[in-house]
Amino acid sequence: MNWTSPRFYVPALFLLALGLLPVYAMVASQPFYVTLFSRIMIFALAALGLNFILGYAGLVSFGHALYLGVGAYAVGILSFHGVGNGWLQLLAALVVGGLLALLIGAVVLRTSGMTFIMITLAFAQMGYFLVVSLKAYGGDDGLSIEQRSAFGLFDLNNHTVLYYAILFCLVAALWLFSRMVESRFGMVLRGVKSNERRMLALGFPTFRYKLVGYVVSAQVCVVAGFLLANLTKFASPSYMVWQVSGDLIVMAVLGGMGTLFGPVVGAVIFLMVEEVLSSVKPGWFPQIEEVLNRHWLALMGIFVIAIVLGFRKGIYGYVVEKSSKEAKA
Amino acid sequence: MKSAAFCMALALAGASSAYAQAPIKIGFVATLSGPAGALGQDQYDAFMMVVEANGGKLGGTPVQVIKEDDQLKPDVGVQIIQKFAEREKTPIITGVTFSNVMMAMSKPLAESGAMFVGTNAGPAPLAGPACNPNFFFTSWQNDMQAEVMGKYATDQGYKRVYGMAPNYQAGKDFVAGFKRFFKGEVIDEVYTTLNQPDYSAEIAQIAAKKPDAVYVFYPGGMGVNFVKQYKQAGLLGKIPLVSTSTADGSTLPALKDTALGVVSGTFWGPDFSNPVSQKFVADFEKKYNRIPSQYAAQSYDAALLLDNALAKVKGNVSDKNALRAAIRAADFKSVRGPFTFNNNGFPIQNMYAFVVAKDAKGRVNLKTIAQPMTAQRDSYADKCPIK
Amino acid sequence: MPIELLFVQLLNGLQYGVLLFLLAAGLTLVFGIMNFVNLAHGSLYMMGAYFAAWAYNNPIFGIQSSFILAAIVGVLGSMVLGVLIERLVLFSLYDRDHLDQVLATFGLILVFNEVARFIWGPSSYYMEVPEQLSGTIKLFGIDYPSYRFMIIAVGLLVALGTYLLIQKTRIGMLIRAGASNATMVGALGINIKLLNTLLFGLGAGLAGVAGLMAGPILSVQPGMGEPILIVTLVVIVTGGIGSIRGAFFAALIVGVIDTIGRVFLPLLLANLVEKSLAQAAGPAIASMLIYLLMAGVLAFKPQGLFPVKHG
Repeated sequence: MNWTSPRFYVPALFLLALGLLPVYAMVASQPFYVTLFSRIMIFALAALGLNFILGYAGLVSFGHALYLGVGAYAVGILSFHGVGNGWLQLLAALVVGGLLALLIGAVVLRTSGMTFIMITLAFAQMGYFLVVSLKAYGGDDGLSIEQRSAFGLFDLNNHTVLYYAILFCLVAALWLFSRMVESRFGMVLRGVKSNERRMLALGFPTFRYKLVGYVVSAQVCVVAGFLLANLTKFASPSYMVWQVSGDLIVMAVLGGMGTLFGPVVGAVIFLMVEEVLSSVKPGWFPQIEEVLNRHWLALMGIFVIAIVLGFRKGIYGYVVEKSSKEAKA
Repeated sequence: MKSAAFCMALALAGASSAYAQAPIKIGFVATLSGPAGALGQDQYDAFMMVVEANGGKLGGTPVQVIKEDDQLKPDVGVQIIQKFAEREKTPIITGVTFSNVMMAMSKPLAESGAMFVGTNAGPAPLAGPACNPNFFFTSWQNDMQAEVMGKYATDQGYKRVYGMAPNYQAGKDFVAGFKRFFKGEVIDEVYTTLNQPDYSAEIAQIAAKKPDAVYVFYPGGMGVNFVKQYKQAGLLGKIPLVSTSTADGSTLPALKDTALGVVSGTFWGPDFSNPVSQKFVADFEKKYNRIPSQYAAQSYDAALLLDNALAKVKGNVSDKNALRAAIRAADFKSVRGPFTFNNNGFPIQNMYAFVVAKDAKGRVNLKTIAQPMTAQRDSYADKCPIK
Repeated sequence: MPIELLFVQLLNGLQYGVLLFLLAAGLTLVFGIMNFVNLAHGSLYMMGAYFAAWAYNNPIFGIQSSFILAAIVGVLGSMVLGVLIERLVLFSLYDRDHLDQVLATFGLILVFNEVARFIWGPSSYYMEVPEQLSGTIKLFGIDYPSYRFMIIAVGLLVALGTYLLIQKTRIGMLIRAGASNATMVGALGINIKLLNTLLFGLGAGLAGVAGLMAGPILSVQPGMGEPILIVTLVVIVTGGIGSIRGAFFAALIVGVIDTIGRVFLPLLLANLVEKSLAQAAGPAIASMLIYLLMAGVLAFKPQGLFPVKHG
């Protein structure tokens, strides 16, 4: 492990900063930051999950927001029926999510290219419409959640505790993926992205590998959804719309698709830009502020296009690549 | 690293504003985008008209109105309330256009302890079991606008009515309210997808069933689409259209002559003769060059209410009990005439029926045709534990 | 259920299908021939609607409320816009993988929506149905809105025109050849770049026609392109990517099934299960119908209903 390489110190510094944020927020008496960064970390987690198959296996899933919904509604529905135990809710979320991912994966992974993108989108849409139609659980209006999940040992109703729980999940996911990517399993997946026919010729049952990869990445999103419902105390079909799936892809690419830590950087940048642009008031020209605050999405769009055209490797990916080029020189 | 730098910048910006004079922050949240954006815009414009006419003050104290758009999304609404409570720490929050957003917001709103003056959405649970001493509404309890139409339909002698509304809390409330006061038979209730643009299929059903009248609740852009398509299908002259929020100040500018003859019901109309209302309509038309809708009137009353309440507490918002009492007293002159709050924070008021017709200036406007209800209380007040 | 009602709903389904075809035709060609995923197609539809509505509501050279003028402005506007974004942004993405194309065009969607919001505001921008078409016409003794009938008529005409263009003209032959084997066409000395630009412009123009016609009945608002884009994608995948014939039949099938399903499924269910369950499940299953249809078709014919044979 090269301690001076950005591959190490950038993630380390990021995680350190995230770890210290609640302290800073307390000092600056801005508890809102804890909420803001809780949300950012949740999406970083989801983007991380997506990146496992997007960046490493080359599978462009436009339907991962579906699994966010599964996690969120597991909390919502169980809480609605009086089951507030966090362990049970999490278990339910993972079981349902796992089964769903297995079934959907078994179907979608038979296709490739554009059809794959479309079919993952279609399944997410079906999930969305199904949830919207569940009047008992709020339907289009969403479902309010009385209490955050009760885990016994720690109380998630405390914003700071929830924050650290999310950070823990994020770090755990990073660790898990770092092991998986370098393992034999991960190597096969990366081989599939590079040239699936070759992997098949080498005798690997690529379908099975892709399926497992798909399920794992879906489960990470399920956990992210579970945390999101806890943060907002609300489960809504809007967590599952295709724009959210698109946002996750953007975050992964923005940060650096082929890297481990990239999606975290991407999520932070994406959501910080959203937050800053939509509420910044530096006080120069009110008209420009007004335009900026209302139409920040346009800048986001241009940003995304610029990344695709220029910064293909993503911001973190670019940093990492530059350093390894220098290392070689 | 980057995130820390951002935080620093934000904190500095926040700190510097603390040294300036601290006006009272009022959080204003409404649906300002999408097809229903016109309603939220009316709410905002009317509220700001009062603030600006008073030189940026209400009740003699400077106020800072922080405007946010909930985009008709309940989860965005929840986030906005959290922002108002945690970041801006606003003691007063006002606005809210749609009931589904209102319901999602009600929990964090209650937890924040801020005084809330709702200027549109009035869902049944908040008038009944989920009522809150800090929640006040200068609009109406949702059902009432439908109830008055139910009474009107009965008075008109309709026997078979076909009901339609979008598929969310308010939609269901409205149709239920209509049925509560309509003595005839509602032959069918159809709930369409929220923001569904095309009603051709449903309108074809209506033509087939041939009811005596059709009752609909379609606010904003949905209302425009529905009335247009209803007319295009040739039904507007044939089957009377009785409505809530479908032909009002927010939809008439788009519908114009298409809506002539549509009946609606609410608490106020631009042709009211009391001086407060006349001043309001004149000022609004002069400033914004459009006829004010009831949504503007509701928000205008909220500004007047807060003006009165803040003057009473002399701008001291930290004494929540005093502020609450001042708001509850509702000692102001409203555009609708007499105004008192019921135990659940909803108004006790008259309800009227209007028809879309051309006014004295030849513009498409609302004309009062009946007063089916007087000093009406909403149907959920008994279920509210506040006495 | 009464036969007149069924007939009217069929017409409604046909009208929706025709609208979908106009969008699907352009998209499937760009997809099949240029191998390019263009998510911004919905935005071209939206801009066509805005241009047309703007031309209708504002006097141009003294003429106002002219549907013909609005049509010209709407269609030309979206064609020009299409060609512009193709030349400026998209051409550099032809060799990239689908992900890049998806992301870049996703970014374009965001930009276009904000531009529309900025210029015309966040609320709906209304366009009147032209006076002459605002009534009803009698078809087999049943009243049907004239304007919607016009959409069906125009849509079918455009479909016919496109068919003739593709099947009977030289350009059409080049397009079909390009769909089959683009490299070969290039090797034979045809200016592929020009062909691609023309193709893109044609697709954009068709989207503009769809936007123009949808404007008066649906509301013209920022983001109006995305919901219909998703359905359009379902149509072209079901019909077969690159195939106009596939797009035509798939669009009609999807349009009719969606409309009939939305209306009759709840009724059907009400006969089988109790009312409130039917009221809840009906719309849910109805909205999932077209996706189930697509999944079903792909299960048996993974290339779609009328796949293009690749040389």
